[in-house]
Amino acid sequence: MSEYLIKNGFVFDPTQGIKGDKADIAVKDGKIVKSTEISSKAKTIDASGKTVMAGAVEIHAHIAGPKVNEGRNYRPEDKLFTYTPKGAGKRMAGGFSIPTTFKTGYEYARMGYTTAMEAAMPPLFARHVHEEIKDTPIIDEGAYPVFGNNWFVMEYLKNQEIENTAAYISWLLEVTKGVAIKVVNPGGTEAWGWGLNCLTIDDPVPYFDITPAEIVKGLIEANEYLGLPHSVHIHQNSLGNPGNYTVTLDTLKLAEKFKAKNKFGREQVLHSTHLQFHSYGGDNWGNFESKSKEVMDYVNTQKNITVDTGCVTLDETTTMTADGPFEHHLTELNHLKWANVDVELETAAGIVPYVYSPDIKVCEIQWAIGLEIALFTKDHMRTFITTDHPNAGPFIRYPRIIKWLMSAEARKERIDTFKHGAKMIEATHIAGIDRELTLYEIAQMTRAGPAKSLGMANLYGGLAPGMDADVVVYDFNPNTPHKPDDIEKAFSRAAYVMKTGVPVVIDGEVVNNGNKRTIWVHAKVNENPQVMRDIKDKFLRYYSVTQANYDVSKHFVPNPYVIEVDAT
Amino acid sequence: MSKSVTDVICPFCGTLCDDLEVIVSDDGKKIEDIYNACAIGAEKFMHAQAADRVKKPRMQQPDGTYKEVSYDEAVDYTAKMFHKARKPLMYGWSSTSCEAQSIGHEIAEKAGAIVDNTATVCHGTTLIAVQDVGIPSCTLGEIKNRADRIIFWGCNPCHAHPRHQSRYSIFPRGYFTNKGHKNRKMIVVDPRDSDTAKMADYHFKLEQGRDYELLSALRVALRNEPLPETVAGIPREKIIEVAEVLKSGRFGIIFFGMGVTQTLSKNHNIDNAIMLTKDLNEFTKFSIMAMRGHYNVTGSGQVLGWQFGFPYAVDLSRGFARYNPGETTSNDLLRRDEVDAIFVLGSDPGAHFPISSVRKIAKLPSVCVDPHITPTSEISKLHVPVAFVGVEVGGNCYRMDNVPIEARKVVDPPEGMLTDVEFLDRVNKRLDQLMGGKK
Repeated sequence: MSEYLIKNGFVFDPTQGIKGDKADIAVKDGKIVKSTEISSKAKTIDASGKTVMAGAVEIHAHIAGPKVNEGRNYRPEDKLFTYTPKGAGKRMAGGFSIPTTFKTGYEYARMGYTTAMEAAMPPLFARHVHEEIKDTPIIDEGAYPVFGNNWFVMEYLKNQEIENTAAYISWLLEVTKGVAIKVVNPGGTEAWGWGLNCLTIDDPVPYFDITPAEIVKGLIEANEYLGLPHSVHIHQNSLGNPGNYTVTLDTLKLAEKFKAKNKFGREQVLHSTHLQFHSYGGDNWGNFESKSKEVMDYVNTQKNITVDTGCVTLDETTTMTADGPFEHHLTELNHLKWANVDVELETAAGIVPYVYSPDIKVCEIQWAIGLEIALFTKDHMRTFITTDHPNAGPFIRYPRIIKWLMSAEARKERIDTFKHGAKMIEATHIAGIDRELTLYEIAQMTRAGPAKSLGMANLYGGLAPGMDADVVVYDFNPNTPHKPDDIEKAFSRAAYVMKTGVPVVIDGEVVNNGNKRTIWVHAKVNENPQVMRDIKDKFLRYYSVTQANYDVSKHFVPNPYVIEVDAT
Repeated sequence: MSKSVTDVICPFCGTLCDDLEVIVSDDGKKIEDIYNACAIGAEKFMHAQAADRVKKPRMQQPDGTYKEVSYDEAVDYTAKMFHKARKPLMYGWSSTSCEAQSIGHEIAEKAGAIVDNTATVCHGTTLIAVQDVGIPSCTLGEIKNRADRIIFWGCNPCHAHPRHQSRYSIFPRGYFTNKGHKNRKMIVVDPRDSDTAKMADYHFKLEQGRDYELLSALRVALRNEPLPETVAGIPREKIIEVAEVLKSGRFGIIFFGMGVTQTLSKNHNIDNAIMLTKDLNEFTKFSIMAMRGHYNVTGSGQVLGWQFGFPYAVDLSRGFARYNPGETTSNDLLRRDEVDAIFVLGSDPGAHFPISSVRKIAKLPSVCVDPHITPTSEISKLHVPVAFVGVEVGGNCYRMDNVPIEARKVVDPPEGMLTDVEFLDRVNKRLDQLMGGKK
């Protein structure tokens, strides 16, 4: 029976529409309760003069799995000067753009993040992903298996077999302990099996005779047929290329004719991730420019879509994605070391280190585009802050992004140090935007919004009674004058973090490893002998492992939280 | 009545076959037969049944004889060795499960140890090359389904990875390779007339130690630049011909082994081989893969990777993880007298290390955890027999292409015998007691 009362803080909670009013948050047995439901013995935490929010929710980061680990192992240089020694109940932890699993858990918790989603799980490597998740302390985690280049999916969708696609998805989510349908460069990654790519949504996939547009539409339909908590989560075709914003708009428009159908309160049918990488104009790196306005003008009108920013943080980092052809393209551009893994029947992945330099015009423009997407947003319940960690920058930079979004002065300071500031301003809108986001909007973008988009708004992202007691106190008084750097400082080291009722961070230091859970989705469908036969057949003929050795067994997921979906 | 256990994983080499069928006696204690395994794999299962198997820990006496001790005493001795040592070496980890590796790393953090795996005398040079230039690779199923150009460079899978060619690389009929080996051109680079070389369409019988030159020559040939008359003993025309064969394929792969990683030039050979692969991606699709030896050496690199960020030779003695091959690698530490205790699990340095290192091991406080009697167990102060991973206890393992596969238990271990995980877990707890919450 543990009870807590977090008193007198300025509370920002979009789920209840609380915009900085002074309020108390009561916690009992890991849940938020009404203040009247706790006894006088409750431990009191004084939050007066401080900001109180729910634990933040990461909707898209690469933090566990084969490509992340290849990044760690092939970049010893990423560990330089980053290591912290072991302490009471704490393991040694190191790494910057690709931290060790321990550091991943500690750093998220210190910033007040209590839930995170691994954005791309190759199904064949699911066991590896779960081994890493198990070794990541504190935060609740889930993982999105990738479907956009899966042979089963392409074969079923070529014949418009939505029910079979759904049955296959249901099977795969269960055996890999996955959360949602991730799509990465639909069709393009399969084409990469032959060294090719699909750069528009109408490029046919070699041999499979289906287009990216058909894959995306089919998966949206299957997702809504199943009624999964999250929508289809897409990394679109032609990532990172000048002029790709037209492909982006083409893909987003595919969502128009679909309606969300689920019991989780989710309204969108498509989540478009790291939109910054998909909002480029021009036709070469010389006339490269921002098209964030065109893209966001469309997104703002469509309730069917949620997006995350993919903000560039101007650091040296490690790019990694299931978009195999893109990473090959990138290594040809920057000539840094290239790792690639093609995964049989399912997907691929590539890794290349990248330096986002404030002395390079293109990087400066990318920095501006990421922020513009957030600043052009009308409804911050549908745009979320990410860095596509570690692709546009490491997640530990979130506090800095929050500073840039909340302060035009901070943005101007940054622009003033750019080598090509004038050229950058010409190619972007950032200098003309004086909008400064509020703490309420930040809470929408990092808490309530992503939780709702994930279909987990009943658990995460808010402080209403009945929700998980993930509560964060930041040492930041919104009502007194402050410098931009105070924002970054406060959000970097939370004064107090509670994870499902257990205090895990006090004064910016980890004090407890919490009670970490692994989230996965169990979607029940009607028996489908055809799909079961197809699965058996593919394992016999084309996989290099047997079907019996494919399932992730229970002990890899020691503390599961299973979301049940009934699509029978 | 016997029963059959299917889809069994073979805990021998990095091929990690997962289609074995083991016939087990009704009481689940005895293995009667093994199907689908190669000769080496079958022997591994049968060896677990050996009548002369050591079943209790043994402590070496001053006169060289052994005295049986209990597991409690063995745990106590091991924990005290770690507690006393200022810089112990924990070596091996390649023939055990990831679960055991993980507990080993916890002990290493507390003891301030160096954790090193068998890559240190094997594919460590490959890992260094990958840190230099990256690695374009793929899973073995991709080879089965797509590859039509197969190179074996400095390796002999016919003997070292016996089922590799039938399961993945040469013979299988995959999705886009429905004619099996007839779809594929096989190229072997080896100074020896190995059994693998005898199967090849092209055998480059190069001069020993000239791999770097030949790799460079192929890169030159791809660019249509001039070559000398012969390189590494191979005529120019042959090199150009093979370069054309590689370019004209749809999907190619280089498999390579000890013949390039541990001969002259070492990691630089692999640098060049990876750059050749990258060059070939300008013309077609090409991958490269190390033929990893022990069944879970890859897993050791993975677990070290996500826990500390380095794939081998991880030095935790300063309270944070460091990695500096040449300094923090086992042989260098031993020969420079930098470690004051050695713990070996899941490998046999007594058989594989240079004699100068083995002599050092013999003089140090030492513990060898191994189901077998090995040259290492014979020079260690304490030998702790444990259950066979993959035969008597399950656990996660990583195949040479980094695909994780969970090994199965097929029979019970001998009564009272601990597993790697159980033994390490007890050592870990005993070490906690000894340190009394400090260190």
